[in-house]
Amino acid sequence: MLFGSLRYEGFLSTYNVFSVLGYNSMFGLVALGMAFVIMTGGIDLSVGSVAAFASVIAALLSPFGLWPALLGAVAAATLLGLINGVVVAYLKILPFVATLAMLLAARGLALLFAGNQSVSVSSESGFTTFGQGNIGGVPYTAILLFVAFVVGAVVLRFTRFGRHVLAVGGNEEAARLMGLPVERTLVWVYVLSGALAGLAGVILASQFGAGQPTEGLGWELTAIAAVVVGGTLLTGGSGSVGSTLVGVLLLGIIFNILNFENGRGTISLSAYWQSVIRGAFLLLVVVLQNRLTRRRAGGGG
Amino acid sequence: MTRPEGTTAPPPALPQPRRKRASSPLLGPLVALASLLLFNALFTPNFLTAQTLNVNLTQVATVVIVAVGMTLVIATGGIDLSVGALMAISGAIAPMLFLNPPFGNAALGLGLAFTVPVLVAGLFGLFNGSLVTRFGIQPFIATLILFIAGRGIAQVMTNGQLQTFSNSTFGYIGLGRPLGIPFQVILMLAVVALFAWVMSRTVFGRHVLAVGGNEAAARLAGIPTNRVKLAVYGISGLLAGLAGLIVIAINSSSDANQVGLNMELDAIAAVAVGGTALTGGRATILGTLLGALIIQLIRYTLLARGVPDAVALVVKAAIILVAVYIQRQRR
Repeated sequence: MLFGSLRYEGFLSTYNVFSVLGYNSMFGLVALGMAFVIMTGGIDLSVGSVAAFASVIAALLSPFGLWPALLGAVAAATLLGLINGVVVAYLKILPFVATLAMLLAARGLALLFAGNQSVSVSSESGFTTFGQGNIGGVPYTAILLFVAFVVGAVVLRFTRFGRHVLAVGGNEEAARLMGLPVERTLVWVYVLSGALAGLAGVILASQFGAGQPTEGLGWELTAIAAVVVGGTLLTGGSGSVGSTLVGVLLLGIIFNILNFENGRGTISLSAYWQSVIRGAFLLLVVVLQNRLTRRRAGGGG
Repeated sequence: MTRPEGTTAPPPALPQPRRKRASSPLLGPLVALASLLLFNALFTPNFLTAQTLNVNLTQVATVVIVAVGMTLVIATGGIDLSVGALMAISGAIAPMLFLNPPFGNAALGLGLAFTVPVLVAGLFGLFNGSLVTRFGIQPFIATLILFIAGRGIAQVMTNGQLQTFSNSTFGYIGLGRPLGIPFQVILMLAVVALFAWVMSRTVFGRHVLAVGGNEAAARLAGIPTNRVKLAVYGISGLLAGLAGLIVIAINSSSDANQVGLNMELDAIAAVAVGGTALTGGRATILGTLLGALIIQLIRYTLLARGVPDAVALVVKAAIILVAVYIQRQRR
């Protein structure tokens, strides 16, 4: 419905579509993990600094080749996600506080490992082709994004874990009384979020050609905005993976339209206006959404 | 975490056998602060000087002022992510007013520079509040909108340019030292005293806690829940606006890209460490002051011991977790 209004001349060219996808793959992966966390009624504020941390690890490991760098960075990020999950599920600390602490800690670790500066990626490793290469114009990262979302959608719809996620988010106490493994489910969604943030960090390092300990500021809020624009309620218990992808693309496309208009000289907007417009767009979507969900009177998404 | 209108509230906690809370909720933070002070008094050279005290208090003043507003918002079960952006807006407006005073009247320009930015920030706070009350948007999302757009608004107003100035009258709010005490510390203590009184002695304070404790029950009891929520977001905006003025006065310059950056996180951390429940229904303004002081003193201690900033971040994270974990045990 909103999609229909977003048609602009010349903008559906394959090149443009794929460049939007390639560019937004990092946010997409982070938002996918965030969607799972939010469906359990939680939140993960640490994704931006976890991604920055992973980008540093990837750059440090890049002399050993693509796979050690990729797997090492994702493993390190997954470990941080595991800590988030354990703190939330077993120490019973609110997800907001637990992941806020991880936001600080992961940033500190990233700076520490990187020695307070960006770490260059080893040039002969073939590591940069991962983030910058393409097959027939389709960026690797766009393919990765789609595979991740298809897997995510299948996991949510067709596996026991997916049903547990929604059940825990719907009513944690009821889920526990039904004998569902509430704590384990919670740990897994934060592990998933950490791993996907790590993957985003690898793409970051690969696209920049360097590990960036100071990058990723505000990613968590962009990701949350994408999830919310996609129609997932922050209270948990509902939501879909596909609509999260739509949310990511909508936010990405808004930027793309602004750039297009800028390029044609029809309007001239500074980067400053873009954040104002992004905020206004988020406002529009949540107000419309609230109208719709109220009319449906509690129907799940 | 947040509880939007219209959805069913989480089921009330079943009555469970609990340890009776014999001690004040301030005990934990007080003990932590006292041990930090003792440690520094013993091991950090030149710690017990007025200079050190002033440095720590001035660095914490803006966080405390913002965190007091945050405490009220959190006590209603909400959250305000927009405070840093509102500081940037307030900080952007003030120099425009006294650098180009209306009618060329310098005194008028200064008067407006102290009031208009704070009121504008307060209006933005009311905007947040109206999204929460009129449209039923979850506080996290409602204030995320200005978090994203607010700094952009400040940057558009200033075209992203740094505004530098030297104006001793305006600068007093950040640099003045009546009786040797930094002026912003006096402001901070006044704000803390005012709202500690409001929360413990006024009907409004009771209403704030009632709304956060059980909104449906509060509404049935005839409490104007929407007006209470609107007010707390407005207050949070006003205090963020005031903090914005202090920051630019200290720097003698206003940078829309930097003013108030990450303030929402610092303020929320201070509130959480201070013992206010992020789920609403409880609030301690003095705890928030202590929470901010604890976080600041940890940073100071680590820096004084030559610990790198990166490690200090990890330690700060651990402290927040430990503090919140202990609070949770006590409830």
